[in-house]
Amino acid sequence: MLRRRGPMRARLAAAPAHRRSDLPRRLAAVMPPALLVLALLGIWEIYVDAGSASSFVLPAPHSIASALWNNAGLLAANLEPTAEEVVLGIALALALGFALAVAVHFSPVLRRAVYPLAIGSQAVPIAVIAPLLVFWWGFGVFPKLVVIVLICFFPVLVTTVDGLAAVDPDQLKLLRTLGASRWQAFRLAELPAALPAALSGARIALAVGVIGAYIAESQTATTAVHAGLGHEINADLTALQTPRAYAAAVVLFGFAIVCFNALALAEHRLAPWASQPTGDIR
Amino acid sequence: MPSQLQSRVTPPPRDTEDDSPAIVLDSVSRAYGERGGRTVAALVGVSLHAEREELLAIVGPSGCGKTTLLELICGLQLPDGGSVSSAAAVLMPQRDLLLPWLSAVENAALAPRIGGLARPQARRRAESLFAELGLHGFEDSRPAELSGGMRQRVAFLRTLLSGKPVLCLDEPFGALDAITRAEMQAWLAQALAREPRTVVLVTHDVEEAVLLADRLVVLSARPGRVIGELEVRLPRPRARSDATVIALRERALALLQDGACCAGAAR
Repeated sequence: MLRRRGPMRARLAAAPAHRRSDLPRRLAAVMPPALLVLALLGIWEIYVDAGSASSFVLPAPHSIASALWNNAGLLAANLEPTAEEVVLGIALALALGFALAVAVHFSPVLRRAVYPLAIGSQAVPIAVIAPLLVFWWGFGVFPKLVVIVLICFFPVLVTTVDGLAAVDPDQLKLLRTLGASRWQAFRLAELPAALPAALSGARIALAVGVIGAYIAESQTATTAVHAGLGHEINADLTALQTPRAYAAAVVLFGFAIVCFNALALAEHRLAPWASQPTGDIR
Repeated sequence: MPSQLQSRVTPPPRDTEDDSPAIVLDSVSRAYGERGGRTVAALVGVSLHAEREELLAIVGPSGCGKTTLLELICGLQLPDGGSVSSAAAVLMPQRDLLLPWLSAVENAALAPRIGGLARPQARRRAESLFAELGLHGFEDSRPAELSGGMRQRVAFLRTLLSGKPVLCLDEPFGALDAITRAEMQAWLAQALAREPRTVVLVTHDVEEAVLLADRLVVLSARPGRVIGELEVRLPRPRARSDATVIALRERALALLQDGACCAGAAR
């Protein structure tokens, strides 16, 4: 009872306060991570400047910053194919993971058949199958997408299966007495219930998807001039252009954060009922 | 199996002139298998009936198989022994089970939508009843934004809009605070006066049963069996403080407490 009324009361009470204190609240949200990053950068800079590590091994933040500035065009050109791989790869992984989850949800036989394979697929080192992928699909974007999907579909599959199974059995009974068919019950109750779970899976997938793109680019050859940030990082490391490799990693870092927030935004739009009330409840 | 379910649970639709009971349970037994092969009996030899447009209350201690009884009537389970026959029944479970991704009015309109009505038409059908239930202005609120009493009203509207002749209410007000519960009881009595249905009301609140029902059936502790029946032939609305209501409540309580079998009519 109290629990049911809780969110409403909290929201009503929080609404005016929320507007009044919007700016300080946002600042309070941004400050801790910003300060932490600054502190870490400071320690890093002092550590390198004191001559503790060769700049080939660990470049100082200022030299990474200047590499970022001087190579902005090159890095942007390399971000484009990588971004394409990540976005398409995550989308495909989401579709595959979700479709598999629904299939597994409806068929216990399929569940027993698919699950061990899905888990096993996560243990296969990409280097083992990369030559085969290139042999089949050549030097284009497709084999890279396959690598990313292979790495990313799994979290989506697992979270969606759990989301589908978490639907209250009483809810399904109720829908049955209201005359719902199995398909209607799925569409009205199970599908929306699983959506936030699938999107959580997608966020995990995204976190590993960026690394997936690096692995994909490292393991499969390309003929393009700008072959992606993964290629760039490997080439720079080989050529002892360490600051540029770090600069490329910084771009990947920023890209991952942007994608993560975009997904959180999408989740808010697609499943507004699932978003937690803001942090005003104390 | 489906044909068996058809014949045992859902009799063919009768015409309105027919005055046979809406629900008949004949020495129904139901047991559940447990881990280790043990079975636990939920209901043993339960026989009862409900007339058309009668409000039958089923009272009993927790775990006496009341919910099982409702699921049998709704055709969600089959009895292990005996027979269940009922007009088409809809369940209103203990928790409101509103779908959090649908607005209040869309939750209420679930049954027409499932029945194939287009979304706007289904919505309109529910909307026309919203004001009557004191829910005006909350049509597009999500369930999380409604109070417990309002959610329960939306759930009841959803049950009513299924258009089925039998409503199975499983402790519909059990989760509400005392004041809201009293309001909801008065409101349910009114709603049924306007739109009469056959109602099976499961409750562990004896007073609630006496206030609302035409007749009480008292079940024993697990395994549930019928240990008594009380007729409540009192005019409505009934007052909690009415001497007859209190007397009936005490008789029902006595039945519950000693499990003695002393069925009888109050007046």
